[in-house]
Amino acid sequence: MSNSILHKEYTVIRFDYARAGKVSSDIKKTLSTIGIPSAVLRNISVASYESEINMIIHAYGGTITMDVFDDGRIQLIFKDDGPGIPDLEKAMTPGYSTASEEARNMGFGAGMGLPNIKRVSDEFDIKTSEEGTTLTLGFVVG
Amino acid sequence: MKLKDIVSCLDAEALVVSSDGAPEKEFRFAFATDLMSDALAMIQDSPEDTLLISGLANVQTLRTAEMLDIDTIVFVRGKKLSDEILEMGRDSGLNLYATKCTMYEACGRLYAEGLSEIDE
Repeated sequence: MSNSILHKEYTVIRFDYARAGKVSSDIKKTLSTIGIPSAVLRNISVASYESEINMIIHAYGGTITMDVFDDGRIQLIFKDDGPGIPDLEKAMTPGYSTASEEARNMGFGAGMGLPNIKRVSDEFDIKTSEEGTTLTLGFVVG
Repeated sequence: MKLKDIVSCLDAEALVVSSDGAPEKEFRFAFATDLMSDALAMIQDSPEDTLLISGLANVQTLRTAEMLDIDTIVFVRGKKLSDEILEMGRDSGLNLYATKCTMYEACGRLYAEGLSEIDE
């Protein structure tokens, strides 16, 4: 059983475009201080940023938690309060997007988010219902 | 291609230069997009040697560069950057330039000078 040696928790607010990316920036800075190799750190940062943007664009808000475990595994959990992803299979298809005009103006909504998050993560698990979506990502250092 | 030569090739204006040595820095690749998801998906190797070219003059372009370990962005089509973006660029240690070239022309000029597309 591995233990968390570094734990952080953040709140994400719906449509808070002005702050979009601040959590991922803090996660990147935090992990860089404990010597995570740059290639792994970049994958974590990309996955975190895309997931954070997804929460702001699509969800009613939620929380992001980061844990570094003593066995070298890093876990990010993105848990939102709904409305859930109506068709997960479509959402996982590159190019499929339901993003708003505002999201597109920010440079997102290309339909590459979830496929890209899965690509850069070592572990990818997503559970969704009308009550909310929980995305759990794992990264192995080394 | 050295950053100072890229700047000269594009008649670009320096908006934020975060280190004295920046103009001498060598770039091997460039990637041009207004879609940050595409940049996040496509730029996988050698981001430190990759120049980001974009017409999207907002905070998310800087965030994307930060996440990817890209340190230099050229904004095309004469886009103006707000004071907030310029301050964030300085805080993040980025180099930000602006050119009046369209994205197509900026890419064409740099490609002709030998700056490569990213490896896929």
